[in-house]
Amino acid sequence: MTANFDKPLTERMHPDGSVVSLRAYERAGGYQAIRKVLRTGMTPMAVTEAVKESNLRGRGGAGFQTGLKWSFVPRGKDVPDPTYLVVNGDEMEPGTFKDRFLMEQDPHQLIEGAMVAAFAIEADIAYIFLRGEYTLASERLAHAIAEAYERQYLGKNILGSGYSLELYLHLSGGRYICGDETGLLNALEGKRANPRSKPPFPPSVGLFGKPTIVNNVETICCVPHIINRGAPWFQGLGRTKDGGTKLFGVSGKVKHPGLWELPMGTTVREILEEHAGGMRDGVKFRGLLPGGASTDFIVEEHLDLAMDFASLGKAGSRMGTGTMIVLDDHTCPVGMTWNLTHFFARESCGFCTPCWSGLGWADRILKAMEEGRGKSGDLDKLEFQTKMWAPGHTFCALAPGAAEPVQSALKYFREDFERHIQEHRCPWS
Amino acid sequence: MAIVYVDNKPCEMNPEENLLHGCLSNGFKLPYFCWHPALGSVGACRQCAVTQFRDENDSHGKIVMSCMTPAAEGTRISIADPEAVAFRAGIIEGLMLNHPHDCPVCDEGGECHLQDMTVMTGHDYRHYEFEKRTFRNQNLGPLVNHEMNRCIQCYRCVRYYADYAGGNDLNAFALRDRVFFGRAEDGVLENEFSGNLVEICPTGVFTDKTLKQHYARKWDQQFAPSVCVHCALGCNTDAGERYGTLRRIVNRYNHEVNGYFLCDRGRFGYEFVNDERRFRQPLLKGQPASAASARRYLDEKIAQGRVIGIGSPRASLEANFSLRTLVGPDHFYSGMADHEGKLIRLMIEILRRGPVRTPTLGEIEKSDAVFILGEDLTNVAPRMALSVRQSVRQQPMEAVKKLKIPLWLDFGVRDAMQDAKGPLYIATLHGTRLDDVATATFHAAPDDLARLGFAVAHALDSSAPAVPQADDWPLANEIARALKGAKKPLVICGASCGSEAVIQAAANVAMAAHAALSFTAPECNSVGAALMGGKPLSAAFQAVRDGDADTVIILENDLYRRAPHAEMDSVLKAAPHVIVLDHLPNPTTEKAELILPAGTFAESDGTFISSEGRAQRFFQVCMPENEVLASWRWLKPDHWENLDDVLRATAEALPQLAAIRDAAPSSKFRIAGAKIPRSPHRESGRTAALVHINISEPKTPEDPDSALSFSMEGTPDQPPAALIPFFWSPSWNSIQAVNTYQKEVGGPLRGGDAGVRLFEPSPKNGQAYFSAIPAAFQPRENDWLLVPMYHIFGSDELSLQAPAIRELAVMPHVAINSDEFAEGMEVEVTLADGTFRLPVRIHREMPAGIAAVSVGSPPLLAVQVPGWGKIARAK
Repeated sequence: MTANFDKPLTERMHPDGSVVSLRAYERAGGYQAIRKVLRTGMTPMAVTEAVKESNLRGRGGAGFQTGLKWSFVPRGKDVPDPTYLVVNGDEMEPGTFKDRFLMEQDPHQLIEGAMVAAFAIEADIAYIFLRGEYTLASERLAHAIAEAYERQYLGKNILGSGYSLELYLHLSGGRYICGDETGLLNALEGKRANPRSKPPFPPSVGLFGKPTIVNNVETICCVPHIINRGAPWFQGLGRTKDGGTKLFGVSGKVKHPGLWELPMGTTVREILEEHAGGMRDGVKFRGLLPGGASTDFIVEEHLDLAMDFASLGKAGSRMGTGTMIVLDDHTCPVGMTWNLTHFFARESCGFCTPCWSGLGWADRILKAMEEGRGKSGDLDKLEFQTKMWAPGHTFCALAPGAAEPVQSALKYFREDFERHIQEHRCPWS
Repeated sequence: MAIVYVDNKPCEMNPEENLLHGCLSNGFKLPYFCWHPALGSVGACRQCAVTQFRDENDSHGKIVMSCMTPAAEGTRISIADPEAVAFRAGIIEGLMLNHPHDCPVCDEGGECHLQDMTVMTGHDYRHYEFEKRTFRNQNLGPLVNHEMNRCIQCYRCVRYYADYAGGNDLNAFALRDRVFFGRAEDGVLENEFSGNLVEICPTGVFTDKTLKQHYARKWDQQFAPSVCVHCALGCNTDAGERYGTLRRIVNRYNHEVNGYFLCDRGRFGYEFVNDERRFRQPLLKGQPASAASARRYLDEKIAQGRVIGIGSPRASLEANFSLRTLVGPDHFYSGMADHEGKLIRLMIEILRRGPVRTPTLGEIEKSDAVFILGEDLTNVAPRMALSVRQSVRQQPMEAVKKLKIPLWLDFGVRDAMQDAKGPLYIATLHGTRLDDVATATFHAAPDDLARLGFAVAHALDSSAPAVPQADDWPLANEIARALKGAKKPLVICGASCGSEAVIQAAANVAMAAHAALSFTAPECNSVGAALMGGKPLSAAFQAVRDGDADTVIILENDLYRRAPHAEMDSVLKAAPHVIVLDHLPNPTTEKAELILPAGTFAESDGTFISSEGRAQRFFQVCMPENEVLASWRWLKPDHWENLDDVLRATAEALPQLAAIRDAAPSSKFRIAGAKIPRSPHRESGRTAALVHINISEPKTPEDPDSALSFSMEGTPDQPPAALIPFFWSPSWNSIQAVNTYQKEVGGPLRGGDAGVRLFEPSPKNGQAYFSAIPAAFQPRENDWLLVPMYHIFGSDELSLQAPAIRELAVMPHVAINSDEFAEGMEVEVTLADGTFRLPVRIHREMPAGIAAVSVGSPPLLAVQVPGWGKIARAK
């Protein structure tokens, strides 16, 4: 891999995966962004404006403008107290492992990002809500947080600036729905992790009813670099109009599955063929989910699309988390779809009918089909269910996300589904 | 009002509400599950989807949930849009995937919201071919039955039980398509309002377990509008009957009183009506007698003269007045113990004189600062406790309004509000079930409670008398500030402490704070009995002892609950002839020469006056095939033919009760010439109702007393509120049909809610402050001040005879804060009336020197508490 572009997020990391220590982080320019913010008298609004100008968009999958989100937090004297920053580290999207990489290997980057973000939204308390299974990240973050407290980067009167911030690490009890920002807030409050009604949106009514910003780990990690090197630099990192670099990952039967920090807008083909080394010998590419399990399949004809928030929409898909799952010709597309649907059905919080009921039904239809018990009419039922899961039809984004692999599999691999039904078996088994 | 276009038809909707509310209020048949007018919107079931259009040129539109979308001016929606119709069909099919389709064996069948909505949506074919999920059901105690396989995961049960009623033992467990709504383990539902789950649940997950013991379908039952007899709040109910036995009680919506909810005592206490020990024919000297011979005996005794009558606070005004007329006003005695009567008359006097106003339960719910003085509401006036629990949300709601969150958006409101609560101060003898939402509590002896009240009044208005040795009492100042800062302050008090000073203190607070003032009362017609008057009960006893009465007629009253056992024994022994009218055997009926079988609320018409001062009529639902008659029918003069005559005579004789005639339409009332049917119609007609018993159709019993018929035939129109026997309208077989009886869903019933308020003083009326402030309570070295403790299950005479309630009754005990005794220890409590053996429960919140004893059930029926007594370890 040739590094003829900046890789601010991963440049300090060691090839062996060991953690970037506090000293190493500081030596590489770490904790300078927060110094700059606190010592040069930047106002919270100025930090927010800088992030807005950088065109940083949320890396959790939805791609909302981060600076714009921050600007929704009520400011001034009469605002409810406290304001919270919550870092969403509940990375449970199947096929996605980018935040884990950032947290395990460079935890201080996340801590500094959280500090700058918290300052920008005038938060007093920040939480990192971490996926419960991420034990290594948990250990390394806990250690790094303790170090940061020791160095007075956290706590009262940070670096003598008068600004104070408490940062807590919270391990999730587990469940995909905790990754939904409002499901996460309920979980953090100790309640059932059902998503909340929006409106009210978290910037006005969030954690414990107070103004809250929830940002993804990767998003937060970008923040110190924007402050250090400026919004235009960050904006210039991308190859298309979305700014910055992005962690892209590939899993599946490729030669070199992995994760790389690349310019936003790198094409799917470049990631797949150059970085992941193309398909393994003897297997052929059939399609891929570009950004985790809850994105629509794309196929051969779409490979030259850029991985950014807008381009994949042309193929009816979306970038999601930017971590691809590749389907090859030795793998049954029905089996893969069932596997994903089974996951989503299992993770439905059980709140709204199209989700808890429809996903369970679709799960059983796909299982039957894969086991040779499919019936004519099953595909119509599946298609009808995917319409029931459309955005706005359900309470949150889980079922619309679950619809994406199913509806696109039915579109691109329909003959495989039909063969399952006609032959009363899985042709791959 | 906003104009919203529904399928291009302009409709008036309340812009403060959502589209579902607006559509239902406009009479559209839009199916829904998770929404409830008392619980608001959460958007779980997705059943109420409609298509919303941007403007008149938008032909595509998008699906929205009507419950989650404001009814904003100019909104354009379509219910009939094919896409919305298909979506709703998809939802109902999804909801029904796991439903067992066991309607024929389900108690909800025939009055099931899920059935109604399934039919409304047109879902009639099942495409799902896999196994259904199944659950293990729980034993939730004697009141509520649990059948989880029927669940459609609408979440209404937990939203009602936990969020609304404050229960914490019913939860949603697990996820996806197998969310389990139940308890962590089998056991009795702890909340005192659990029975509402039966009506809140849209299907048969939670059903009435007492109904199950003697089940009949809604369409096979005969109903009558009734009023609860188990406390003084006067919650409106509908009583359902079949084959002469009472099958159940359901809520009768009254916007001003009980709204959508009842307490468990009110819902499940009815079974005393069916008790096998009921008097079903007269008993003369212990032997069954005919009605004619009983009447002859009664007439004889009246003719012989020297007859006195003792009324009852649990009997109707009509029954009391008929007795008063029979014996003459000079020989009519109040059925209440003197002290209790005195307290109730004091409360009435305060409310009649004004300027403070007695609020409806609906107004209590909207109060934004509440001060409870001396009342353990959950155990004395349970439904009011549920209203007070809502009141603490009023002040935080103001902050929510500022965030521009619509108040119907339930989860949004709760997310914003979190644990914020408005002011609620509870000053009582011991801890109460409302303490969990109280701002502060204060537990003290009655005199100290009164002193706190007087001090609050003084802090509010320095012209109110100051409390000696209690200057600048921080708690009093805090309560005063809270009441002063409120828009709708409320003071709640009552007779529970047995203290005039407490009542007077509450009146002072209400006057000083310009607050509403609500008094609880002990029994369903305590206020009515006090308004009717009569000589003190002690005078009746004296008359008997003095030999001035040859015959004593006792109306629906176990006098052993009014006076000590020994005293009653001697009085009744001294009376030559004792005639008792009552439902069930009790110590008083044991002494009777003649027992006349008196109809309960289910076999009688009559009027009660609630603690609010609301006169409300209840109507007969059973037409017994035996000698049971309404007490007033046994006692009335011959020339009064029906209820109208009794009411007219009462109103003429007692001007303070003149308005009771307006509590319900008279027996002459008709709708288009027709009476109001007590039975829902059935397709097979009334002949079929009894056809398995007798093929010949029996004659429909006449009802000379009311505008209701004992039949399914009559007007198809909706009756006025006081005469609604059941809620039903085409397509709405479940209790949710109440939507169609309201002008605006969740609002008053069409034509006004039932009942007439007797106390509406002018706010300009002046009333001087009470000034008899008691001295601070002084504990005594070797004595305890024994105070009464009430139990929702256990202290009410009639409900205690219902098996389900008896099973839940609290074991009578002494509550005490003392290191001398241990939890569960048996002690002997010695009072003026005797010595009683009771177990101890340690209440660490109680002050030193006082002990609370369970009252209302044996052994403590009529102990004179508060009073000084001794407590010693039992030998």
